[in-house]
Amino acid sequence: MRSSRLSALSKLTAALTVTAAALSGCSASTSGQAQAEYRAPLTADGKPDLNGIWQAVNTAHWDLEGHPARKGPVAQLGAFGGIPGGMSVVEGGEIPYQPWALEKKKQNAAKWLELDPAVKCYLPGVPRATYMPFPFQIVQGADQILLAYEFAQASRTVFVNGKDSSPLESWMGWSNGRWEGDTLVVDASGFNDQTWFDAAGNFHSEALTVVERYTRTGPDHLMYEATIEDPKVFTRPWKIQMPLYRRVEQHAQLLEFKCVEFAEELMYGHLVKETTQQ
Amino acid sequence: MRLDRIGGGLVLAVLTALTPLAGQTQPPATTSARSGPAAPDEAAKAVDKNWKMPKTPWGHPDIQGIWNNGTTTPLERPADLADREFLSKEEWATRAKESANRATNRPDDPDNDLALAYDNEWWDRGTPLLRTSLIVDPPNGKLPALTPEGKKVVDERAAARAKRGYADSYTDRPLQERCLLYHGVPPFPTGYNNNYQIVQTPTHVAIRYEMLAETRMIPLDGRPHFGPKVPQWMGNSRGRWEGDTLVVETTDYNDKATFRFHADHRSLKVIERFTRTSADAIDYKFTVENPTMYTSSFTAILPLVKSEGPIYEYACHEGNIGLANVLRGHRYEERQAKSGKAPRKRTN
Repeated sequence: MRSSRLSALSKLTAALTVTAAALSGCSASTSGQAQAEYRAPLTADGKPDLNGIWQAVNTAHWDLEGHPARKGPVAQLGAFGGIPGGMSVVEGGEIPYQPWALEKKKQNAAKWLELDPAVKCYLPGVPRATYMPFPFQIVQGADQILLAYEFAQASRTVFVNGKDSSPLESWMGWSNGRWEGDTLVVDASGFNDQTWFDAAGNFHSEALTVVERYTRTGPDHLMYEATIEDPKVFTRPWKIQMPLYRRVEQHAQLLEFKCVEFAEELMYGHLVKETTQQ
Repeated sequence: MRLDRIGGGLVLAVLTALTPLAGQTQPPATTSARSGPAAPDEAAKAVDKNWKMPKTPWGHPDIQGIWNNGTTTPLERPADLADREFLSKEEWATRAKESANRATNRPDDPDNDLALAYDNEWWDRGTPLLRTSLIVDPPNGKLPALTPEGKKVVDERAAARAKRGYADSYTDRPLQERCLLYHGVPPFPTGYNNNYQIVQTPTHVAIRYEMLAETRMIPLDGRPHFGPKVPQWMGNSRGRWEGDTLVVETTDYNDKATFRFHADHRSLKVIERFTRTSADAIDYKFTVENPTMYTSSFTAILPLVKSEGPIYEYACHEGNIGLANVLRGHRYEERQAKSGKAPRKRTN
C-alpha cells in the first residue's frame, strides 16, 4: 500500500516536473520577448521610471552560487533556522577565485556567524544590499537617484552623469550613474574590504568595482545585473543577474529595520554588568 | 572638507572611553555648511524680488538639494534673555564669532579638553539664530507646562533611570552613542553632520539624513498612517502640499525614541512645514502636539540653509569601538572598587 502510493506519487512528481520544465521553458522565452519589447513609462524628465519598492525573491543573500538546502547553525530556530537551497545567480555558475582567495572563502564560510559583517548589522555593501531579504526603494531624481535599503537603513546616492570618485574607502562605496538606452548603469567604486557578497563567505578586497545595470522588463519587474571586478581576488570579472520584483501591495512602504539593536547583545553582551538584568 | 583628518577620530574614541560622547567613533565627514554672515532665520526671511519659486516638472515647489539646520541657539530661551525675543545685531555677531572660533579656543583644563571628545576642530555646530530660542510659541520661548499625567511619566522615567548605573548595560547608554537614533523627527541639530538631502518625485519626498544615513520616505498620496501597532523610531510621516508649503504629519512613534523635549509616544504628533523662501533657504518650522505630556502644543523654527555637497558616508555602528570601551571601562572600575582601589577621577 505504502510503496504503491509512493510510486504513484513519484510518477505524479515526475509528470509535474516535466510540465514545470516545459512551462518554465515557455515562460523563459516569453519573458525574454517581453524584455525586448517592454518599454517602461517615463519620468517627467524623459527617463525610464524606476521609482518604487523592489525586492529580490531568491537565495542569493545566502549564497550567490548554487547550493542545496542545509541545516543552519542555530539549533533553537529549528525549521526556521534551515538555509533554503537555490540555483546560482552567477553567470557560468561559479565565482572565479584566485586559489588563495578560494581558500579564504572556505574559511569565511566555516566561521560564518563569527565573521559575516552583516550578522553584526554592518552596512551590507554592494551588490549585497540589493538582494538582502528586505525591500529597497528607488527615489529617482533627475541628477541624484536615492537607493534606500530597509536592511540597516543603508542608503546610497547615485550621481547621474557624475564624474567624481570617492575620496576615501567606504562601506556603500561611491556611485556614478548614466543612462544607456533604457538601462540605468551605475559604476560603483571606493569600497573598503569589510563587506561580503553573501552569507557563504564570498568576499572582495578594497580594489572592488561593481558595474550595476537596472532595466525595467515589465510593469512590476526590474532586471538587475552586476559585473564584479577585483583583480586582487578574482581571475577575471564575473557577473550576477536576477529579477527584482515590485512590492505591489497597497500602500507598500519601507519599515525601519534598525538592526543595531538586534546585534547589541551579540556584540556587547559580554561587557554587561553581571548582576544586571536586561 | 576635512577628509585629511578622518583617521584621528577612531584613535581618539579609544582614549575617551569613559566619556559619554565616546560612541561617535566616526568623525563628521561632511562638507562645512554655513558660510556668509547672515543668521539662518534672517536668511530664511530675506526677500529677493528677482527670485521665483522653482518648480519640479510636475508642478510641485522644488525643494531638492542638500540643506543644513545647524545652529547653536537652544530650544528654550535662556533665563538671562527671558524678556528678549531677539538678540541685537551686535550680540549676534559676538556669539557667531565665538562659535566660529571654538575650534581654536581649547579649554585650559585638560579634563575639560578631553571631555570634548574630539579635537575641537571636528565640530560644525552652525551659527546662532537672531532669535533667542528655537521655540516661537509659547511666546516666552519655553516648553509648555507638563500635564499631571505627563509629570508622572517623567518622574517614573527618572526613577527607573536612577536605579541603574551609567553603563551597567549598553541599554543604559544614549541612543546616539549606540548609533540607533540621532537627529530623529523633528531633526534637532547637533554638533556636526546637520545635513539633509531632499529628493522629490510626484508621489514622494525623500529626506536622506547625513547622520546614520537613514532616509525618511514621505508619501504624498494621502494614505493612512501605520497605526500604533507598527510604531517606528522616527514615527511615520505623511505629507501634502499646501500651496508652496510641504506639510508633513508624523505619528506612531515607538516608546524608545528620545527627543530634546519630554515625549509621550502614545499621543505624540509632529507637524512640520517646509517653505522655500530663496535659492539658499527653507523656512522650516514644526509644531509638537503631545496632549498627554504638555498642557498645550508648541512650535519651533529651524531654518534650513543650502549646503555644499556631497554628503559622505557616516558609518556610525561599524566603527563604534567607543560603546564597547565605555562598558569595558565601567567593568574595570567595578573590579578596581572591589579590590579596594580608589576610582579614577571622572570628568563627566
